[in-house]
Amino acid sequence: MQAGAGQGPGGDAGLPAADRQIARALEGLVPAGQAARAPEGLVPAGWLDLFCPMHLRLDPDGRISHAGPAFRKLCPGRSLVGCDLFDLLDWRRRGPAGALPDEEGMTALLAAAGEPLKLRLRAPPGTGFKGVLAADGQGGGLLNLSFGISVVEAVRDHALTSRDLAPTDLTIEMLYLVEAKTAAMEASRDLNLRLQGAKIAAEEQAFTDTLTGLKNRRAMDHVLERLTAAGVAAPFALMHLDLDYFKQVNDRLGHAAGDHVLQQVARILVEETRSGDVVARVGGDEFVIVFGNLTGRERLEQAASRIIARLEQPIPYGGKSCRVSASAGSALSGCYARPDGVQMLIDADTALYVSKRRGRGQHTFFHEELR
Amino acid sequence: MHGLINRAIQGFVRDTYGPPVWAQVMRQADLGFAEFEAMLDYDDAATYRVLAEVAQALDRPLPGILEDIGTYLVSDPRMERLRRLLRFGGDTFEEFLLTLDDLPEWARLAVPDLTLPELEIRALAPGTLRLSCVAERTGWGHVIVGMLRALADDYGALVFLEHVPAEEGREIIEIAVLESEFAAGRDFELGLRSG
Repeated sequence: MQAGAGQGPGGDAGLPAADRQIARALEGLVPAGQAARAPEGLVPAGWLDLFCPMHLRLDPDGRISHAGPAFRKLCPGRSLVGCDLFDLLDWRRRGPAGALPDEEGMTALLAAAGEPLKLRLRAPPGTGFKGVLAADGQGGGLLNLSFGISVVEAVRDHALTSRDLAPTDLTIEMLYLVEAKTAAMEASRDLNLRLQGAKIAAEEQAFTDTLTGLKNRRAMDHVLERLTAAGVAAPFALMHLDLDYFKQVNDRLGHAAGDHVLQQVARILVEETRSGDVVARVGGDEFVIVFGNLTGRERLEQAASRIIARLEQPIPYGGKSCRVSASAGSALSGCYARPDGVQMLIDADTALYVSKRRGRGQHTFFHEELR
Repeated sequence: MHGLINRAIQGFVRDTYGPPVWAQVMRQADLGFAEFEAMLDYDDAATYRVLAEVAQALDRPLPGILEDIGTYLVSDPRMERLRRLLRFGGDTFEEFLLTLDDLPEWARLAVPDLTLPELEIRALAPGTLRLSCVAERTGWGHVIVGMLRALADDYGALVFLEHVPAEEGREIIEIAVLESEFAAGRDFELGLRSG
């Protein structure tokens, strides 16, 4: 009738005495209602302490009749035998079903025999456990515990050593992995930080404007420095160009449209200049062109008009059409006794603002009267 | 060789002799970079090259340097993490020695592509052990001797170590544990206290 009744002594007759003892002991530790033997005395003292140092034996009143050595270490300075389990630990079934037991005390715990349990020490530090209970068939049971995911804190909080753990326990490997993982994460974070720093440094050192592919301000400064260095006689012209109505494109059609316009402007500027000229984007919608070996006012004027005329052509974007224009101002190195890049930029800018004041879409040469 | 091994050499030279010495070594080695990355893999030749330059720069024979690197790995405060990982190997120095067979496995558990020499430990008599170390080239044995010396200190054990080169790539270390609780040793708790 009962599960245990069918397995007579004949079933394990071939086993050595000690194994028979264990077999009989384990037989008693099946979930509630299946076995009715009284196995407690048959488990050799110390075997469970060795295999499951975190186990608790419970009597039918829910009191602890024996605690494994590791569990005793979790509750230093108090005698656990006779102590009410439910005063010591708070428990619930794992998973959504039956988060809270319907009944109380040992009856409820026995009803959860064989199921994964979540438990917690009521006293600080409130260590958490995974657990499973086997009923002993006599109203009591055997509760085995492990730290589960709170193992790192638990080992630290209770100063456990490898001697407190069963030799087959993987806790040491787990702790080792946690530390190895932390070290690896640190190394990888260091590397990422350094790469990030290197990226920023590389960007700072870059000479290219990433949006348009033109030279950037840094590159232009270098070019001007080279052209105005002592002993360099080659004349050059510096044209400062500022888009008109660009803000309206940005405001009306968005930044993506604005970026598209800047890219098209860049393309036009490159097409309308010679390969040896330097075209740089030096601000949001500001460009500088350095024409090497070119100082003829007429030719510069023509170049400026051509550029402005082309920039005034509508630029299609996403079914809409973007319209901009440009104002420009130029300074010629030949007008200076000792050309200086910074001064020429200021002067070209002054000329540019004269173009703006005159009604935009035009080009002006700098001359002394503008100062 | 794995970046971690190259980083260990770099850390040793830099922390012990200063960044200028390391910079000089790397200039001489001419590998095209100034420092190793922990998470990358490098050609073995690069490691041997750097070691040769270290010996040159310090004007010392390589075996002594390798042994110092081993000691540095265990005892330098900047290497505390590694010391802890090693101490997971056992509660006493002898227990630790007996798990040395598994050391490459433990290392692979942490860093899957880290290749260490093959280690084989034999207990000949109580307190007398023999470690054999097999790698592509001779040299690892000296590093291990340095590490074991420092670890014996760490455990508070009194030991005698002797390095016996066998053939190329195979080294024997004779170990005599004279007293396992000779000194207090350094603390080791399983649970790491953070902060």
